[in-house]
Amino acid sequence: MTDATLSSLKLRGDAFIAKRRRQLVVAAAVFAAVACLPLGIRDVYLQNVLILTLLYAAVSQSWNILGGYCGQISLGHALYFGIGAYAASVLYVNYDIVPWFGMVVGGVLSAILAVGLGFMTFRLKGHYFAIATLVIAEIGLVLVHNWDFVGGALGIQWPFGTDSIWTLQFARDKVPYFYFALGLLVVVWLVTYFIENSRWGFWWRAVKDDPEAAESLGVEVFRSKLAAAAVSAFFTAVGGGFYAAFVSYIDPESVMSFRFSLLFALPAVLGGIGTLWGAPLGAAILIPLTEITRSYLGGSGSGLDLIIYGALIMVVALAKPEGLLSLFTRKSGGKA
Amino acid sequence: MTSEILLETRGVTQRFGGLVANSDVSISIKRGEILGLIGPNGAGKSTLFAAISGARVPTSGSILFEGQDITQMPAAERCRLGIARTFQVPRSFDSMSVAENVMIGAFVRHANATRARAAALEVLDYVGLDGRADATAGQLTPPEKRRLEVARAIATEPKLLLLDEVLTGLTPSEARLGMDLVRKVRARGITVVMVEHVMEIVMQLVDRAIVLNLGKLLAEGSPAEIVRNEDVITAYLGDRHRAA
Repeated sequence: MTDATLSSLKLRGDAFIAKRRRQLVVAAAVFAAVACLPLGIRDVYLQNVLILTLLYAAVSQSWNILGGYCGQISLGHALYFGIGAYAASVLYVNYDIVPWFGMVVGGVLSAILAVGLGFMTFRLKGHYFAIATLVIAEIGLVLVHNWDFVGGALGIQWPFGTDSIWTLQFARDKVPYFYFALGLLVVVWLVTYFIENSRWGFWWRAVKDDPEAAESLGVEVFRSKLAAAAVSAFFTAVGGGFYAAFVSYIDPESVMSFRFSLLFALPAVLGGIGTLWGAPLGAAILIPLTEITRSYLGGSGSGLDLIIYGALIMVVALAKPEGLLSLFTRKSGGKA
Repeated sequence: MTSEILLETRGVTQRFGGLVANSDVSISIKRGEILGLIGPNGAGKSTLFAAISGARVPTSGSILFEGQDITQMPAAERCRLGIARTFQVPRSFDSMSVAENVMIGAFVRHANATRARAAALEVLDYVGLDGRADATAGQLTPPEKRRLEVARAIATEPKLLLLDEVLTGLTPSEARLGMDLVRKVRARGITVVMVEHVMEIVMQLVDRAIVLNLGKLLAEGSPAEIVRNEDVITAYLGDRHRAA
């Protein structure tokens, strides 16, 4: 392979390497700017919106790993989110195990479940796969509803205690939650970044574009999907665990309903699926919009926010199917 | 010592319900040759191609690659062993750049993305697509897409490359460029099997041809032997060739 070694020297100035480096610099700048936000925003309600925005950005980015990069559209990620929330809650409330650990347990359980479910569902194509994920998540919701060990329909209340980084309980100040959510987003973003530039990332995109051609080029299509599902489920569950610690009370409807599955998919779809910044951009638009309509136009029962999602998705699908992010990227340069 | 035979099919039969698409086909592919797999429409070329590339497991019979039975082996594993293919209708990854398309093939031999990228650029250079490396695959012209298919396959560093009608539907000048490309592929030490039904082009290019008709092996030999073969003329070439 002397030819390849020669060209790898040539690669130093190559667009590919330059692009990768530029992406990291941009990310550092964006995350640093976001980290400064609490300095200016002292209003608790606005801080709350920011925290949720970052959380949904992180979870939607996790969804994006499976749905955007690998092309397997899941409408059941609420299942993994719920498992994360319940794992953290049960372990903390019943066994006094810190939520940091509970989140990871939830993540591992979700990843294992995702691989198991993948064995059954990844033979399904397109819409059939999406429908299967939706149905499985609904089954999960019903099971948790009727499972007394995890509180059944009543849910789990986290005990009030002193503020502590270990228990992730901060009653007086929201800012630590902000930084945890930002940290989670940074981690998921970095994981996505490294995967995007690795063999797995390329394989996943090949699987999404044309599985048969991918297979003929040595791509392990089925294993690729399982790997994407596991990574995606893991971080979704970690997000769920954090959400439980943040709201201090969970019940089946508040962490596992279909609404959540939608809220994980929509930011990525809105911003641009299979991109590094699509999900964060989508969340930055969608989540504040949701929270504002909910507080000004009445509770979540009104469904007005769902009407807005629907309208937004229709606009995006008709005008910019590749997502809003494509407005910011140069035509010739490929993805951002 | 490496054997002269690279790949062998033994009694390959493929039934689709009552239709027998391949009936007891036994052929061998020699190392380093350009072999034409020809026959009229419906002769069973594509079926045999699918069996060799791993797209479909035949009803009966076996396929041996370098002496190893690969009949049941999935396509991805065959690719690692050294069998690559192109598709009749180019199936590029349209969300990716041309170089990224080729990287997918290169990843079979290079786990590292930078190495795969270097290998991909080298292959693009070789097939004459270096100027298009950063274009998206969707922007390519049809002949360029065929070239990309070949580049992707070469990037997997195959011993055997299966070309599914790469020269079909090209203008005469494009076809000539395509033939040059096939010769360049062989110059890399890759054995080439081309499925074609346009016999005029193939015969100038191949060392040996195998003719299928109605799912059976009809004839095999050098291009000169094939065009004189009475069975082939009757079944395939038609009377205008006899007159000439």
